[in-house]
Amino acid sequence: FTKRKLDDAALEELEELLISADLGVAAARRIIDSFRRTRFGREVTQDEIRAALAEEIAAILAPVAVPLIPEPEHAPHVVLVVGVNGTGKTTTIAKLAALWKGEGLSPLLVAGDTFRAAAVEQLRVWGERIGCPVVSGADGADPAGLAFDALKRAREQSADVLLIDTAGRLHNKADLMAELAKVVRVLRKLDPSAPHSVLLVLDATTGQNALQQVRVFREMCEVTGLVVTKLDGSAKGGVVVALAQEFGLPVHAVGVGERAEDLRPFEAKAFARSLVGLEDAQVG
Amino acid sequence: MFDALSGRLTGILDRLRRRGALSEADVAEALREVRVALLEADVALPVVRSFIEDVRAKAVGETVLRSVTPGQQVVKIVHDALVAMLGPPAPGIDLNAPAPVVILMLGLQGSGKTTSAGKIALRLRTKDRKRVLLASLDTQRPAAMEQLATLADRAGVMSLPIVPGQKPVEIARRALGEARQGGFDVLVLDTAGRLAIDEALMAEVAEVAAVARPHEKLLVVDAMTGQDAVTVARAFHEKVGVTGIVMTRMDGDARGGAALSMRAVTGAPIRLIGVGEKLDALEDFHPERVAGRILGM
Ligand SMILES: Nc1nc2c(ncn2[C@@H]2O[C@H](COP(=O)(O)OP(=O)(O)OP(=O)(O)O)[C@@H](O)[C@H]2O)c(=O)[nH]1
Ligand SMILES: Nc1nc2c(ncn2[C@@H]2O[C@H](COP(=O)(O)OP(=O)(O)OP(=O)(O)O)[C@@H](O)[C@H]2O)c(=O)[nH]1
Ligand SMILES: [K+]
Ligand SMILES: [Mg+2]
Ligand SMILES: [Mg+2]
Repeated sequence: FTKRKLDDAALEELEELLISADLGVAAARRIIDSFRRTRFGREVTQDEIRAALAEEIAAILAPVAVPLIPEPEHAPHVVLVVGVNGTGKTTTIAKLAALWKGEGLSPLLVAGDTFRAAAVEQLRVWGERIGCPVVSGADGADPAGLAFDALKRAREQSADVLLIDTAGRLHNKADLMAELAKVVRVLRKLDPSAPHSVLLVLDATTGQNALQQVRVFREMCEVTGLVVTKLDGSAKGGVVVALAQEFGLPVHAVGVGERAEDLRPFEAKAFARSLVGLEDAQVG
Repeated sequence: MFDALSGRLTGILDRLRRRGALSEADVAEALREVRVALLEADVALPVVRSFIEDVRAKAVGETVLRSVTPGQQVVKIVHDALVAMLGPPAPGIDLNAPAPVVILMLGLQGSGKTTSAGKIALRLRTKDRKRVLLASLDTQRPAAMEQLATLADRAGVMSLPIVPGQKPVEIARRALGEARQGGFDVLVLDTAGRLAIDEALMAEVAEVAAVARPHEKLLVVDAMTGQDAVTVARAFHEKVGVTGIVMTRMDGDARGGAALSMRAVTGAPIRLIGVGEKLDALEDFHPERVAGRILGM
């Protein structure tokens, strides 16, 4: 373990390490600058440096590491799941439903993606696997109308949680974003406090565009929290650090695989250590 | 945001220019701005490094140092180098092989493989007048086969009948047999999404490739991909050998730096661009447009 001075060159290497983990140039600089102020010039080993850096990042992430706990007294707690195409919305719904079912709650799923080929069928298969009922409509049906009917049904069946899937949509498509806003409006006709959670699902492989995704989805449908998927891959998901600094939205959970049980709480310390290459992601 | 880099560079260099002759150090400062712009566009760090070295050699030449508008000169050099690295323009799908020409779709989970398979089928049927067979080897994702069958219907092409319980390699063999017997010109094999670090699934797709001997192995990549692009491209290229890249979700507002990373690592051309969810939302690749987008110009 050769010791080395934490000089400009060493700090630049650290900055590049963070950039390689998708923190983005601005967030990486902010972190390295504050790191520089506190530790500059001291002799340290490689592992000591990284551990200290991970602590610095974990401190940024700790406030957003908040689990999502449904409140059944909403009868039901309505969770709207949104995001750009292919991030893992449908799979995450299955994972959350399986988790909550295991805790004794009764989730009802809504196949609100009436657009993509076989999206309804995909959620139906998940429903069967995890033993949760799925409400669906005709292909091309209005997702807002479907959500409205499903909420009524959830009340009749006294479901504890209503998980609404939506079609993937890019945040720069105004018409599709307006469609989401309509789902929210229509739900509020039945329950003015609904949806109680609006989850934005982000793919860990995504780079700096995640900032724009959060910005626009938050404006259009009042996102209350994030789920980061595909952390079982080689991507580090470092943009989450920039997101925490800029928006401070809770990160409720992370996806670490394609099976129903592959959902984990978001852990600030483990995530930060993985970012700086100290250990693997939160898999297992 | 448009012309952001251009403005920054012109600002720095032209200011220095007024002070007198430009030095190599001045050019180095300008290139630091280029580096930041590329990183903000999600070009992977190792690719940024080699790109900057490549450009530095050109930018410290006499013409730039003596130019009245060094900022614009550097922007032009950077832009041209980017276009050259991203090229060639509009290569399309290579069908230059005995029928049935096999196309294998590859990529991470959710990158857009199945949708792109449907888009390619539609394009080959309508533009190239080919008889196309689509086959799904995705035994992982729920309803993946139904998804491809639906897209085949919409594209007006045939899809391989679904036989539950078969493994991907078995389906590939069956699809090949069907494509030969049925006199199809092209067979498109869709595969399950897989992580670059998933040894078992990467070995499986390599086996599929060995059996199906695809003429085109298309790596389907989300335009929003970040720094991981290099790892993904390297893994797929090493295990299967990539012959082309399809960039999806270019209808979004991501700067799309992954295009450069993918191209740099695999050397394979960017063959097509996905610009929407509908089957006709597939476009030819134009390197100047993507270069401008990466640079925010
Ligand atoms: N490795 C891995 N794959 C995942 C994870 N979450 C989802 N996936 C996969 O990602 C792909 C897309 O997941 P979906 O749940 O269909 O994504 P979506 O956001 O609903 O997609 P659209 O509805 O088409 O926008 C599927 O192949 C999933 O199995 C994860 O945490 N890790
Ligand atoms: N906006 C937009 N959406 C796209 C594009 N290409 C694909 N999609 C969408 O991205 C999502 C995922 O596409 P799929 O084709 O299912 O992706 P995949 O790679 O087959 O996913 P897996 O099989 O789960 O690995 C779907 O919602 C598609 O409609 C594109 O170019 N633009
Ligand atoms: K990871
Ligand atoms: Mg979905
Ligand atoms: Mg697919």
